[in-house]
Amino acid sequence: MSATLAKGISAFKEVIDAPIASFFSSCVHCGLCAEACLFYTETSEAKYTPIHKLEPLRRIWKQEYTLLGMLGKMLGLSKPVTDAELAEWEPLVYDSCTLCGRCSMVCPVGNDITYMIRKMREGMAASGHAPEDMIAATTRAINIGSPMGVKWPAVQAQIRHVQADTGIDVPVEREGADYLVVMSSMEIINFPEYLSALSRIFKQAGVSWTLAQDAFEATNSGIQIGASDLAREIVSRIVVAAERLKVKCVISPECGHAFTALRWEGPNLMGRPYGFEVKHILEVLDELQKAGKLKTSGKDKRPLTYHDPCQIARRGGVVEQPRRLLSEIAADFREMSDAGVMNWCCGGGGGVSAITRAEPLRLQAFKIKKRQIEATGVQTLITACANCRIVLEEGIEHNHMKVEVIGLTELLAQYLVEESTP
Amino acid sequence: MSHLDLLTFARGSALNWALMLFVAGIGLRLFEILGLGRKADLARPRTITPGSGWRTIAMRSLPAEGMLKRDPVTYIGGYVFHFGLLVTIFFFAPHIEFFRSITSLVWPGLPTALIDASVVAAIVALGVLLAHRLNNPVKRMLSGIGDYVAWGATLLPLLTGYLAYHHLLTEYTLMLALHLFSIELLLVLLPFTKLFHTFSLFISRWYNGDWFASKGVAS
Amino acid sequence: MKHAQQPDILPGTVGEGLAQRGITRREFLQLCTTLTALLALPPSMASAMAEAISKARRQSVIWLSFQECTGCTESITRSHSPTLENLIFDLISLDYHHTLQAASAEAAEHARAAAMKDNNGKYLLIVDGSIPMGNPGFSTIAGISNHDMLMETAQGAAAIVAVGTCASYGGIPKADPNPTGAVSVGDIVKNKPIINVPGCPPIPVVMTGVLAHFLTFGGIPELDAQGRPKSFYGETIHDRCYRRPFYDQGKFAQSFDDEAARKGWCLFKLGCKGPVTYNACATTKWNDGTSFPVQSGHGCIGCSEANFWDAGPLYEALSMPVSVTPSMLGAAAVAGAAAGAAITWHNRSTKAAAKAAHKKVTVQDLTREEK
Repeated sequence: MSATLAKGISAFKEVIDAPIASFFSSCVHCGLCAEACLFYTETSEAKYTPIHKLEPLRRIWKQEYTLLGMLGKMLGLSKPVTDAELAEWEPLVYDSCTLCGRCSMVCPVGNDITYMIRKMREGMAASGHAPEDMIAATTRAINIGSPMGVKWPAVQAQIRHVQADTGIDVPVEREGADYLVVMSSMEIINFPEYLSALSRIFKQAGVSWTLAQDAFEATNSGIQIGASDLAREIVSRIVVAAERLKVKCVISPECGHAFTALRWEGPNLMGRPYGFEVKHILEVLDELQKAGKLKTSGKDKRPLTYHDPCQIARRGGVVEQPRRLLSEIAADFREMSDAGVMNWCCGGGGGVSAITRAEPLRLQAFKIKKRQIEATGVQTLITACANCRIVLEEGIEHNHMKVEVIGLTELLAQYLVEESTP
Repeated sequence: MSHLDLLTFARGSALNWALMLFVAGIGLRLFEILGLGRKADLARPRTITPGSGWRTIAMRSLPAEGMLKRDPVTYIGGYVFHFGLLVTIFFFAPHIEFFRSITSLVWPGLPTALIDASVVAAIVALGVLLAHRLNNPVKRMLSGIGDYVAWGATLLPLLTGYLAYHHLLTEYTLMLALHLFSIELLLVLLPFTKLFHTFSLFISRWYNGDWFASKGVAS
Repeated sequence: MKHAQQPDILPGTVGEGLAQRGITRREFLQLCTTLTALLALPPSMASAMAEAISKARRQSVIWLSFQECTGCTESITRSHSPTLENLIFDLISLDYHHTLQAASAEAAEHARAAAMKDNNGKYLLIVDGSIPMGNPGFSTIAGISNHDMLMETAQGAAAIVAVGTCASYGGIPKADPNPTGAVSVGDIVKNKPIINVPGCPPIPVVMTGVLAHFLTFGGIPELDAQGRPKSFYGETIHDRCYRRPFYDQGKFAQSFDDEAARKGWCLFKLGCKGPVTYNACATTKWNDGTSFPVQSGHGCIGCSEANFWDAGPLYEALSMPVSVTPSMLGAAAVAGAAAGAAITWHNRSTKAAAKAAHKKVTVQDLTREEK
């Protein structure tokens, strides 16, 4: 078994549906999607035009699914899609697309270009034209359980730390809990504050929750690389655990694509609707606050701004919640330009942060974020995605900026009113 | 063959065939697209907003936040061209008679001076957009022969209509016949080129709006 | 006919005829002024024209009528300036004309033969009506087919004036399905200068004006691509129509008796073919400048254009399709849908095959062997 061109082309044929046919039919080559894409705006290289990244998929659609294209193919007038071409397209489809969805918001004819890139990656992966780093991450996710190679003992170590620091008991494998908490490996390794903050908040709010031993990892390399079969395997771990523990809701962590994987793609990958809800942590916190269960005192005096993670805001619909939460704890909140559903990506979403060779490009694309942050004049940047956070920190460090990046949940926990433990 | 004979042919058999190919082509393309189907979304939508596809069909006609400044030529040129074209097609009295004869629908027309101005505006916009296409690296890269054919096929009816009305280049009857032939060319090409966006953009925008809305975002 | 000659008048000339009928030089000059205006010549040409015509011999004219309705003759009898009387008695010698000549039968044919013989190479041939080519018996005069009579008479003519749309382009006899195989003069006579004066009927002053031009200059006027004198057929009815401002303002009559029609708004929507009809109706008008069809409330039917009868419905706007039907479009839609259904079937099998070929992707499947 190995990847072949034939498998890739077959995958292309399999993913093409009515929306994709309509999108390709509608494109007038106006080039406006380029103006929405940070990889184009920050490099001025035409090849980063979003719709151009789909050229091989477009030709397969035309040759296989349109009368004119079929005639052209029969007469030998059309150019077949080759391995060489897909190899050339690999950096366009992966390195320079974070699936941020900005182009999909801008396209005058309404093309959801991001949807098509996600679908095209199925064929790229099947034909062996996915970046090595992403293949490695996916392999780890499948074989080890996490793209960063994190195993349960690492989580256990975290739990012990949290329990030692806060004195709060972190529930594990508690059947019948209301919420199942999952995390991203990034949070487990780089941002242990998340679990600690969550424990304290949930304790104060009296939320019944649990971790699952075999489903602690929320990220899903399968949807990033574009291998639905693998994405299904990964997401099913959480679904199975949630069903086993009979939770009412799974809380997607501060991670963008995990939310997309779990909330939007999951049921479609599983082929059935969930018997439980999926919420992003910010949605849960917002609900708790609205219910008066989340009490904070004092406000952060630092000027701060919020970076909307693409998959949380634009492709997730969580836009108002972080702002409501911040309004309670921030004295000087400053909105970034293009905030909300039109926010610019950090440059590392959609798996791009996992591709080593893409780093120079990613740092170049970061210039837009740099300008946005600088325009607000803040030195504190709040976000709600661990991947955004890492990418932002890298960009900030690379540009020698004096800006601190903090997760919103973590910031919130700092202002939590903690009643003495009984 | 006299010019009137040519015009009669243009209004007769040629138009019949062009309209038939147009209608058949539209039908074919719609089947081609919609026939591929899409899987039902099994994810529970964030909000149930049945009108969201329609909303995007309307709202996508406006530039997204901050975009107008990024490429004013495309936006303004696009608006001027489409506005000029639509006004000319749908509000020139003789054109309304054409639509009346096919659809039995009637609506008021505009004075010819306004139509004349909108034709000129549309032609100028087309010229500007072509120059932009040739100069902008992104557009130039995206453009193939089909884009230039579509451009020409769109320009010709506007140009011949203008020339006929003003009795330029050739006498009126011949130019009117050429005007009809150019429209017939456009009708035949429309379903099979990017000009099909005339129809498919409604489908595309609808899908876009529907998806985004299920996630709680107005796109 | 012999008359007393005045010293300054040459025998057999137009001047002689004028003098005999007691027409003063002033009156004649007025006539010439009218003619120069008609021919779009500078007014200063009037006296030169008067001079030229006075000295010219009365032009011998043979008028042949074929498949026609006599409408053209009816029309020319209503010529007001110059009047037909002016023409016949003063300017020309009308040697043969079925309707107007007193002679009949063999005498009439003798007159034609005599005129042809006496003025060989100099006489002007006027033709109204089309020529049937299907069967010579469809239309004959004195046992001679129209075709033979035309070819015979054309032989010695200086020029031919095809009067009316039938003679110019075949006209109504030629209209689909053209049962007689009607053709125009120009279709069969190739070796003579032909001036087409179309119209159904032509405007009287246009006919007389063309004759006057021939008499004055002895040649044919500048013609357009369809053989019509540019001075009369240079502009469309629409462009010179007094109702044109309403067209430009978008004010149209919707029916023949609506308020808009009574207000004199544009008749485009009622089928007026003015925009594609080249003729002088809107400027010279008819019946001594009284009116013309559009002025009397009816759209132009385009009668001075070749094949006007077959150029789409008379009462439908020029911008309407001639013959498209809902069933045509319905059939096209069905054909498109059928083709679309076939494509869809094909596409679905392509997609199903791709799906069937899909084997569950494992992590091993992400890498190519040669890598």
